[in-house]
Amino acid sequence: MPTLIRLEDGAFVEAADPFTAVADDMPVPAEGAVVLPLARFEAEGAGLLDEGRPVGVLLQPDEAVEGLAYDLPRLALVALAFPKFRDGRAYSSAALLRSRLGFAGEIRAVGDVLREQARDMARCGFDAFVPSDGSGAADWTAAAGRYRHVYQTAADHRAPAFVERESE
Amino acid sequence: MSVYAYDQIDRDMLADRAAEFRGQVTRRLAGDLSEDQFKPLRLMNGLYLQLHAYMLRVAIPYGALDGRQLRALAEISREFDKGYGHFTTRTNIQFHWIRLKDAPDILDRLAAVDLHAIQTSGNCIRNVTADPYAGATAEEVDDPRVWSEAIRQWSTFHPEFTYLPRKFKIAVTGSAKDRTAARSHDIGLKLTRNRDGQLGFEVMVGGGMGRTPYLGPTIREFLPARSLLSYLTAILRVYNRLGRRDNIYKARIKILVAATGAEDFGRQVEAEWAALDQAAIDLPDLELARIRTAFGVVPFEALPARSTAFEAARAADPAFARFARNNLAPHKRPGYAIVNISLKAPGETPGDATAEQMEAVAGLAERYGQDDIRVTHAQNLVLPHVKLDDLPVVFAELQRHGLATPNLDLVTDIIACPGLDYCALANARAIPIAQDIARRFETPDRAEAIGELKIKISGCINACGHHHVGHIGILGVDKKGEEFYQLSLGGSGAEDASLAAILGPALPADQVAPAVEALVDAYLGLRSDASERFLDTYRRLGPAPFKEAVYADADQA
Repeated sequence: MPTLIRLEDGAFVEAADPFTAVADDMPVPAEGAVVLPLARFEAEGAGLLDEGRPVGVLLQPDEAVEGLAYDLPRLALVALAFPKFRDGRAYSSAALLRSRLGFAGEIRAVGDVLREQARDMARCGFDAFVPSDGSGAADWTAAAGRYRHVYQTAADHRAPAFVERESE
Repeated sequence: MSVYAYDQIDRDMLADRAAEFRGQVTRRLAGDLSEDQFKPLRLMNGLYLQLHAYMLRVAIPYGALDGRQLRALAEISREFDKGYGHFTTRTNIQFHWIRLKDAPDILDRLAAVDLHAIQTSGNCIRNVTADPYAGATAEEVDDPRVWSEAIRQWSTFHPEFTYLPRKFKIAVTGSAKDRTAARSHDIGLKLTRNRDGQLGFEVMVGGGMGRTPYLGPTIREFLPARSLLSYLTAILRVYNRLGRRDNIYKARIKILVAATGAEDFGRQVEAEWAALDQAAIDLPDLELARIRTAFGVVPFEALPARSTAFEAARAADPAFARFARNNLAPHKRPGYAIVNISLKAPGETPGDATAEQMEAVAGLAERYGQDDIRVTHAQNLVLPHVKLDDLPVVFAELQRHGLATPNLDLVTDIIACPGLDYCALANARAIPIAQDIARRFETPDRAEAIGELKIKISGCINACGHHHVGHIGILGVDKKGEEFYQLSLGGSGAEDASLAAILGPALPADQVAPAVEALVDAYLGLRSDASERFLDTYRRLGPAPFKEAVYADADQA
């Protein structure tokens, strides 16, 4: 079972994962929370939501978050895939989900997810992580907490340097 | 004070980075990280594994340094390298003989003088290029360093733009005369004023070198200056989402802009920009003013435009007169000059400076140059504010350190990448070719008679030597294990930007310098008068006479 790390009130904690990730060729389990690939969600999502089950959607980097805008209020989570850690498209997806589409649910990083990405991911609005490097919550806390300041505004609403300076 | 003065926040950033990297190196040396795992981490800190050793690329933000910083670079080169450093076409400095275990100490040394290696590699926003004459030339609309510093801060550890499809380079020029090769950058920004006198930028996007060179088209004629960072965010977001990631050679923004079309790409940027929370991204006017103030005010003296000491030295010493003709540029204040220091002495490696030379330049800047030093993309140095009265002394001191080569923008002022002598990517050597050519033209009278001629040499298709925008561009290629060189003519990285066109079949290494000589001789016979540059003659007559000169000559050789 891969570890799930959640960012809750600024703290990284390991948590049990109530969601089953449904692969393209896998049947939807009879009950419980599920995360579906976009095509599966478009075909089967409405029915599952009607059953009152928590539903999440997995987006690949080339699938635009804007396509989910209509469904977002009903979704428990959006999982954003990192096929390689160097593929940075999901950072923009997360930033858009938070700051433009107003998504308040969980944004989960899945795939090639490394502790060294902790800070950037948290800043872009991710709040759940399934690391692929065997790292745990302590590693993520250390990696994300190495810098005392930030220079630019992002989805995490940390005060950037120019705001810190204003209040000096 | 001459460079942007760091405050505690800026210093904390560098200290935190240095501490983070020390931890990563410790884990690597202890075997807790494999080279595969460590590679992306070290690349984020400008540390490359090259042919012989680690290479550390240190950022020189928008090419501006003070004496204290240049002295620190000299010390690092002496203590951790072989006593010299290599200034690059991106106005950074590279140390080519670094040991991994020393890298954390070097970052600490750098941080102590407000320098770093952040984002000098990797697919992120790299060091900004700015006009090396910033703050000194009368041509400029506004000081590009202020905006470059704003970009530095905004782009440093930008959480959304750290894993772009490919590296990303931005140039800022404050004057119409472009010394940054703005149209050859991913984004080129030219400061300008609109009809109401409001300050803004012309925004060019999608220029680049590499195997598919493009000159960046203008996507916005006028962007109000204070909207700079939000507009950059919009461009970067469109690129981050849509830029190709399937092929490293098609991943730069130039490919996206060319495929989308500049107009459509511009529309996508405008749409994204309109939807952004601009007020949260753009720096408040007070912060922009704080940055401007942090550069300090140069205490210029009121001087006569004419200096008796300067004129006397010019009359008495032909070497000084030559240096003055070739290496000085007009300053915005009477009685001052901009001094170009060529790092292209005949027989030397273009862009290399020894620790002693760096210290000499630092000393000159401190004593005679308002403690201000610039690095140019042509791999030379600049003292932007020197009194005419002091020039004879400065010249003598430069001479003493082998730094008075009077060849700015002349045939021997050659740009070359490190090439196969150092770089793991190169197909061919670049430095020996530059040295061969420089030796052929080492008689200063001859070089001066030829006039402005920009030769640029790259050791491979990645084009770090900017051969696409050389008046004469030279590209090293590998032909069945042998080094060959392709000549291109007619490129320019200046305000009259153009891409060079290939002249003919590639030549073996020993025929490159003779071919350049043949090109120059042909030009001297063809030019309408001495004021017509090589580039102008080529543009007037086309490649035919030059082709004949080279390939006829090569046949005989």
